[in-house]
Amino acid sequence: MNYLIRDANILGEQRADVLIRDGVIAQIGTELSAEDATVVEAAGQILLPGLVDTHTHLREPGREDAETVLTGSQAAAKGGYTAVHAMANSTPVADTAGVVEQVYELGRKAGWVDVRPVGAVTVGLAGEQLSEIGAMADSRAAVRMFSDDGICVSDPLLMRRALEYVKAFDGVIAQHAQEPRLTEGAQMNEGETSAELGMPGWPAVAEESIIARDVLLAEHVDARLHVCHVSTAGSVEIIRWAKARGIKVTAEVTPHHLLLTDEKVKTFDPVYKVNPPLRRNEDVLALRAGVADGTIDVIGTDHAPHPSESKDCEWAQAAMGMTGLETALSIVQHTLVETGLLSWADVARITSTVPAQIGRLSDQGRPIAEGEPANLTLVDPEARWIVDPFAMATKGRNSPFAGMELPGAVRATFFHGHPTVLDGELASARSIDA
Amino acid sequence: MKHLISTRDLSRAEAIQILDVAEEMREAGTREVKKLPALRGRTVVNLFFEDSTRTRISFEAAAKRLSADVINFSAKGSSVSKGESLKDTAQTLLAIGADAVVIRHPASGAPARLAATDWIDLPIVNAGDGMHEHPTQALLDAFTLRRQLALRENVSPLGRGLDGLKVAIVGDILHSRVARSNLWLLRTLGAEVTMVAPPTLLPVGSGTWPCTISYDLDSVLNAGVDAVMMLRVQGERMKAAYFPNPREYSRYWGLDDARLGRLNAAGMDTLILHPGPMNRGLEISSAAADSDRALVLEQVTNGVAVRMASLYLLLSGDLTKESSL
Amino acid sequence: MTDEASQPVPARTVLSGDDIERVLTRIAFEIIEANKGTEDLVLLGIPSRGFPLARRLADRIAAASKDESIDPAALVGQLDVTMYRDDLRHSTARTPSPTKLPSGGIEGKVVVLVDDVLYSGRTIRAALDALADWGRPKIVRLAVLVDRGHRELPIRADHVGKNLPTAKSEKVRVRLAEIDGMNDVSIEAIA
Repeated sequence: MNYLIRDANILGEQRADVLIRDGVIAQIGTELSAEDATVVEAAGQILLPGLVDTHTHLREPGREDAETVLTGSQAAAKGGYTAVHAMANSTPVADTAGVVEQVYELGRKAGWVDVRPVGAVTVGLAGEQLSEIGAMADSRAAVRMFSDDGICVSDPLLMRRALEYVKAFDGVIAQHAQEPRLTEGAQMNEGETSAELGMPGWPAVAEESIIARDVLLAEHVDARLHVCHVSTAGSVEIIRWAKARGIKVTAEVTPHHLLLTDEKVKTFDPVYKVNPPLRRNEDVLALRAGVADGTIDVIGTDHAPHPSESKDCEWAQAAMGMTGLETALSIVQHTLVETGLLSWADVARITSTVPAQIGRLSDQGRPIAEGEPANLTLVDPEARWIVDPFAMATKGRNSPFAGMELPGAVRATFFHGHPTVLDGELASARSIDA
Repeated sequence: MKHLISTRDLSRAEAIQILDVAEEMREAGTREVKKLPALRGRTVVNLFFEDSTRTRISFEAAAKRLSADVINFSAKGSSVSKGESLKDTAQTLLAIGADAVVIRHPASGAPARLAATDWIDLPIVNAGDGMHEHPTQALLDAFTLRRQLALRENVSPLGRGLDGLKVAIVGDILHSRVARSNLWLLRTLGAEVTMVAPPTLLPVGSGTWPCTISYDLDSVLNAGVDAVMMLRVQGERMKAAYFPNPREYSRYWGLDDARLGRLNAAGMDTLILHPGPMNRGLEISSAAADSDRALVLEQVTNGVAVRMASLYLLLSGDLTKESSL
Repeated sequence: MTDEASQPVPARTVLSGDDIERVLTRIAFEIIEANKGTEDLVLLGIPSRGFPLARRLADRIAAASKDESIDPAALVGQLDVTMYRDDLRHSTARTPSPTKLPSGGIEGKVVVLVDDVLYSGRTIRAALDALADWGRPKIVRLAVLVDRGHRELPIRADHVGKNLPTAKSEKVRVRLAEIDGMNDVSIEAIA
């Protein structure tokens, strides 16, 4: 099938028609016509390169009650994504070529987005022994990002070795920065709110000290480091300093850390329980500024679906994590575009171009230009919608934005030229033979 | 008042009403027939996820003095320890026919969660949640202080707050729900609060609390306080490096014989409170605990009265309806 | 119960301050008559307006009695019934008032319960229960300033200041100088 996207606003910079033929952007221009193409009216809508998530939990294999590769992929498509990096903390852990190939195949068969497995840094996420990084890199899944996400690679020597070793495979270590001793039993950000609520605190320094150590290690061994879900003002400062020194560090921030603060914990509703925890308003503002000045490179959703019983309980018992794929772009628009910090071209950079570069995805995050793969997202920036977790494609109902009115709605997603989303609703999967 | 979760939520009028009702409840406790029929036919469940014999029997006595039926539900050896959720436990209580739930839970916020969710629609009384709050303890402390000062001045305690009273809260502030509940309530009632603790046992973020913070117990006592509230310090804190050893803790932050002697020598009328159970020889010496200044047993007696008042106010009263006489 | 609304509501006065004085004097004589003197007599007022009424009655009884050694204050007490009410589940939670008994207690005494308005009878039912927790009087009688009818229990007053036929939609307001700064009884319609 061929598609003609009519009168889209490309990156918010140029109004044009875009003709998609055989999965590729065939032509960009005005007043285009093609008899064999289905017309998609896009007046008033922004055309972005398909979004790429650096940080997604698809839960399969092992916790198919929380999410599957299929439902997570559908949620991603609905959120405007054409590729996701599936974190390694499944059961079994994605620490062998076998597991990453399984996840990769499940993603391919599902056909909604490119599912790019992330390999575990250490066997079983145990932080003791490097997993078979080379085998995963050379597998059909072609893993380039390695992470023990959920757990910090806290042993400094092991972290050094990991950073060094992945260089052989053009890989990157995505670190979950959390000093384990400083966060034993921690339930929320340590500060005024935790003092009042009597919750074991999660100090900012537990994140910042690991990031400081890791950027210095990355500098020492001249390796690539990616910092997952940066959450504090101090972390932004350290990364800014590291970049100024020329260290090869990239950083990610989640949509929820760009909007929500630890004030939410006063409700004791575990939907706000997340790792890293929601921080202070000063941190939220520093994170936004960090994105604006390029210190923070990408948005990673840290989409973490949980079955309802994991959240329908008291705070201390609850699982950590929030869904995010289907709200990410709206939160980016709300916190970064409507505040005047970013243009839509910047949005394309932080949600698509750079995420694809970090994960070494060659046919994602490409410019919107003739001859490029047609991974595209159409968003209506004028739309307003009320978040209803029960209307989402993800199995997880744990959205911290439930009930909020958000701006911007994904109208269509093209995945290698195939519309996975049309008129704001899931359309169809791309055939595996396409 | 629908629930009693936190003293932070209490207005001055509400707090004084509880204390005033508790005065009458305490009076009833001195009668030959101590039982009042106010909650006859109602069922109060004591839902304890954490061992606390003292608090449980105090609530039990309070409910029984008001003629309520009491069901004690202890998490130990029950389905809760087999992984039953708080939600299922709560709904079981509702199905049994409970009219109010008194809950003690090791997790901060568990009572607030019970009150906020649609799991059950019953009055919830927080009997201590994690390091968050223990409102009835703070109310009984305030009640004890107010009553003692009224006795001293030979006036009725009814309707009064604690305006201008100077209170020092000493010890493990970080882990103490008693300290937090007392801070909010004492401030609401007009008292001035000083928190005294080693820096390791003060929460990061407490700098904005409406109180003075000090590391120096002697200077606080010398400056003169109307009451000093000694908090229990658990020995296992030592292992987590909060302080070197109990001896050093006691030397700097304990109400020991030397400090008691200095209070006596200076002729100060500082009262001593302790929520119990006491670690004699650690945060408080035996001489201090047994002195005339100590109101520890008075606190226990008053605890029943304050809990009667709380249960009475929560279980009677529907503001939407006028009474007919 | 009496009205506490601060808004001035059109009200029909049924007893003036002087009327109240006269009525209380008559009840005081009735009590002495029924008791054949003042021996073992205890007047227990039900808060809040029953207590000043009991005080006034005691003053009159002491004055009317031949025995000059009678201390009117020693005849009077206050009986709180809040905890004994049968409408606790439905009505606004009330702060109970103290119960104060005369030094001689109530065991074997002739207790006269004193209240301002007799209506459903439920307050008196509660008072009888409350009384039982304090002791066993020889006789219990009831004196009220106004009986407005609409009884819901088999209770009647022994001494009534004024029988006042009312509609249920009306409200009887009693004001006493000790509490309200003025003396009168009036009826007002509730919208």
